[in-house]
Amino acid sequence: MTSQDPTNPSPFDAEPRFDSVEELRTALRNVDYLSDEGIAGIVYLADRLGKPILVEGPAGTGKTQLAKSVAEVLGARLIRLQCYEGLDESKALYEWNYKKQLLRIQATKSDTEGQNWDEIEDDIFSDEFLLERPLLEAIRATDPVVLLIDEVDRVEVETEALLLEILSDYQVSIPELGTITARQIPMVFLTSNNTRELSEALKRRCLYLHVDYPDMEREKEIVLTKVPGLTESLADQIARVVRSIRQLELKKAPSVSETIDWARTLVLLGVEQIDAETATGTVNILLKYQSDIQKVVKEFAAEQKSFSRGGILSPEA
Amino acid sequence: MAEASDLAGESLLELLAGFIVELRQAGLPVSLTENLDAMEAVQYIPLGDREAFKYALAATLVKNHSHWRAFETVFEVYFSLRGAEWSLDPDASDFVDPDEDQSQAPEGAGEGQQAQGGSGDSLTPEELAEMLYKSLMRGDQSMMRAMARQSVRRYAGMEPGRPVGGTYYLYRTMRNLNLEGMLERLMEQAQEDSPELLTPLEERLERDEYENRIESFKKEIESEIRRRLVADRGVEAMAKTLRKPLPEDIDFMHVSREEMVQLRKALQPLTRRLAIRLARKRKHGRKGALDFRNTVRHSLSYGGVPAEPKFKYPRPSKPEIFVIADISGSVAAFARFTLHLVYAISGQFSRVRSFVFIDGIDEVTRFFEGTDDILDAISRVNSEADVIWVDGHSDYGHAFEVFWERYGQDISSKTTVIILGDARNNYHASQNWVIKEIRNKARHVWWLNPEPKAYWDTGDSIVGEYATYCDGAFECRNLRQLERFVDNLV
Repeated sequence: MTSQDPTNPSPFDAEPRFDSVEELRTALRNVDYLSDEGIAGIVYLADRLGKPILVEGPAGTGKTQLAKSVAEVLGARLIRLQCYEGLDESKALYEWNYKKQLLRIQATKSDTEGQNWDEIEDDIFSDEFLLERPLLEAIRATDPVVLLIDEVDRVEVETEALLLEILSDYQVSIPELGTITARQIPMVFLTSNNTRELSEALKRRCLYLHVDYPDMEREKEIVLTKVPGLTESLADQIARVVRSIRQLELKKAPSVSETIDWARTLVLLGVEQIDAETATGTVNILLKYQSDIQKVVKEFAAEQKSFSRGGILSPEA
Repeated sequence: MAEASDLAGESLLELLAGFIVELRQAGLPVSLTENLDAMEAVQYIPLGDREAFKYALAATLVKNHSHWRAFETVFEVYFSLRGAEWSLDPDASDFVDPDEDQSQAPEGAGEGQQAQGGSGDSLTPEELAEMLYKSLMRGDQSMMRAMARQSVRRYAGMEPGRPVGGTYYLYRTMRNLNLEGMLERLMEQAQEDSPELLTPLEERLERDEYENRIESFKKEIESEIRRRLVADRGVEAMAKTLRKPLPEDIDFMHVSREEMVQLRKALQPLTRRLAIRLARKRKHGRKGALDFRNTVRHSLSYGGVPAEPKFKYPRPSKPEIFVIADISGSVAAFARFTLHLVYAISGQFSRVRSFVFIDGIDEVTRFFEGTDDILDAISRVNSEADVIWVDGHSDYGHAFEVFWERYGQDISSKTTVIILGDARNNYHASQNWVIKEIRNKARHVWWLNPEPKAYWDTGDSIVGEYATYCDGAFECRNLRQLERFVDNLV
């Protein structure tokens, strides 16, 4: 593709990493990540546009895994920034190595009196005294890297602003050193569990990818890839049961990773056919709330009569 | 696409611009940069691939999953198959095989269609039903699509220029197809095919599978109707008719059944978000008072100088909440959502008590105690609470009077009272002295009214009479407003 934005500096004209969506999809499949066309397509676009991807979706649908798998496909180093409340600049971007600076000053004092203040100041605010944190590390890396900013919804709104410069211009401004621009555009993934609305400014800079629970066919393939010794028919049943459970109104629907755990359990137990008894006996692997478990057990034992599972909040008073 | 001429590029650009305007009209916040991103993104995907086109636009324009539905609707209108073959004019459509144009959308090119599309007109309704049954049985997507096209053509009775909405046609088509009967038949067949009696679990799985297929068939019918309507009325007009409020903007007072489902879906993440946010706010909002002992203790390491002041862990007092809700007719949905929300974050309050009334009043706190399932509790409120005194028409005055008699002494200076209702009192006495009395004892009294502010104090609404004694009366018509109120409550 030749139509790159001419105003952008050199790193933006980097060779695209993937030739086509299909190729990316196959590559992801080879590292055991089963994407659908949407997921692969958006990763492909992100590479072409040089934009970060904001991945949202329920817990346990492989958001973090996507970043890891893309790193594996590219043979790139994964740099991970785990977000938490109270994360600040010194943990995310960079920090001055205060102790080393102090030593340097003291060392100067003792041997050469003549060195003037400016020289020392220039010296202690040089690269040598800079501690790289994940974001700066990703920017300065010369080898291929994938930057994963995990659970970005956990930081406070104010801290989000730290990310903005990196995400839009791939640069970091350090007052004492100047602006450090990326030598290459890393692939950037941000994941969010949607516990709060992210700021418009952050969203605007990213491509948005919502990873939902996979449909039945894909889930079946996923368990087949991830669980050795699973028969096709059992995988099919597992996917169907899980789909039925997800249709119920639960506190926490089973995630893909829980489906995989369940499949493993069934294989270990030597189950070949899921009947109601096995299902209710092992359902605690899929569900983590007692009330959810009770609900599912009840639903699975009940005779099906009505066509539609009527809503509890019906509009009539 | 390689062969796309400048002309085609320009018309695509125009279409995209219209599309984005429509998204903004529908309430999606699309910024200029996002607009430009979308334009750039579509350069990198093969334009013939409709799915790719769709996710490219979605990734750049829609940054909130709850807006996805709105996006999808607009997308379907703007970028669905169009042309003479969808025209409602019988002369134009009669001899054109709709499948000939499939090359535009490679997704649908199945051989089943070629066979069905043209010859379908000669089928009897029974044959049509039989074929639909078979396609559902096999789960054959392309056949289902062809059946949807055929059923719409036959049953919907669409006429050019007729000013009815898509729902009307949908209803007409569905009525003739009897999908519920179809499901029963499919289930019977499944029962017969199985060597032994299906266990409830198996039956359930089968049923879910078929329901899923029928659901996707319904979607096919909807999009078929939409395509035809677009061909008839043009893109802009159609987009306008289909424009629906985003889930957080749905009006509680006029909520349809389908919107109700959406609302409930939107409510769940919202309560979770709210609970997390409130818990964080409580922890991080401010520092507590100076902890003198701790400060002195730490001063020892500075040689007795209190260099590092220590603060107490903040423990802001949790309010006690009384919710008094009108659950008559039109405001019932609103009361239910509010109760749901309040109980979902009940951890943020020291205690929540709830009362519901129509013309009598009853305490319903007991339904919520000891149960995890808020929805279940709310449905029990609807069926078991004793709220009818005389005739089951709202009587705020009487309800408040009884409330004051029975529960008035429980209100303390820690209590926040929230009253939910439209204050349409059917011209009964207002008894607003009760609110005044409550106000004197309680910390706050808030009134939430699901009616638009312009309707307040019109007809039999007397919200103004009560509002004088409240700390505030708010219009609360949708989830957005409700969320904002609850957020400020804590």
